[in-house]
Amino acid sequence: MARMKFICDAERCIECNGCVTACKAEHAVPWGVNRRRVVTLNDGVPGERSISVACMHCSDAPCMAVCPVDCFYRTAEGVVLHDKDICIGCGYCSYACPFGAPQFPSSGTFGMRGKMDKCTFCAGGPEAHGSAAENEKYGRNRLAEGKLPACAEMCATKALLGGDGDVVADIFRTRVTRRNKGSEVWGWGTAYGKPSSGSPAPKATKS
Amino acid sequence: MRHPLFTVVGLALLVGLAACTEKPQAAGSRSVGSPAYMGTGVSAFTAGGWKAGDATSWEEEMRVRTQAGQNEYVRSGGR
Repeated sequence: MARMKFICDAERCIECNGCVTACKAEHAVPWGVNRRRVVTLNDGVPGERSISVACMHCSDAPCMAVCPVDCFYRTAEGVVLHDKDICIGCGYCSYACPFGAPQFPSSGTFGMRGKMDKCTFCAGGPEAHGSAAENEKYGRNRLAEGKLPACAEMCATKALLGGDGDVVADIFRTRVTRRNKGSEVWGWGTAYGKPSSGSPAPKATKS
Repeated sequence: MRHPLFTVVGLALLVGLAACTEKPQAAGSRSVGSPAYMGTGVSAFTAGGWKAGDATSWEEEMRVRTQAGQNEYVRSGGR
């Protein structure tokens, strides 16, 4: 089964916020909630880079680990979703998430902070696919319509890639090898170091 | 012998209190929904090229859609 993932190509992102707009429009996301946003590194400095960030649908998701009411679950496609009927809006997931993905509407059942809302990889929620209840709580279920997330499909420069992890990794790898750069900001070298920077790169092992 | 009223009141209280059980506090059973390849059942919004309920055709549609829509090296013929 496919395992859905996002990756943003920092060499291509032009900070147009088209992905943010596509997400807001597709799911009628309320005012004050941004399931996706564009982050610019070294803004204003020559060589600045932007990346589009939302829930990364972690394989070992910290939000799932800290949720006191266990409202998170992972679908067969590897998408991390949550049940808003169980969520109590405590905000633990917000502290645990390294990407700042969990969002909280400013009004709701629990006073100033409502139930958590986040990127669903356009996969809806636990309700029946395409149902009115699912649409109202989580937005549109594009995966069940045979489509990919609106943000990735709308991206003008194809900086934001979304789909089966193997496929998007293959696309990104092809780009990096062809242009001979592009994984410096957001990739293996940044996370684990490079031989040239003094820190030895870990030996590739197949697990 | 006790007054029958005490017995009646006692029984009424017993019955009344019997209804005051504690609500279950365990977290509700979480539904995980159905797999995406089951489709929405609304053909008007469903992309063509795959059949609802067929996991293999859904995965293939996802792969083709990703390559065709997001990999311009494929769209431009590798140039």
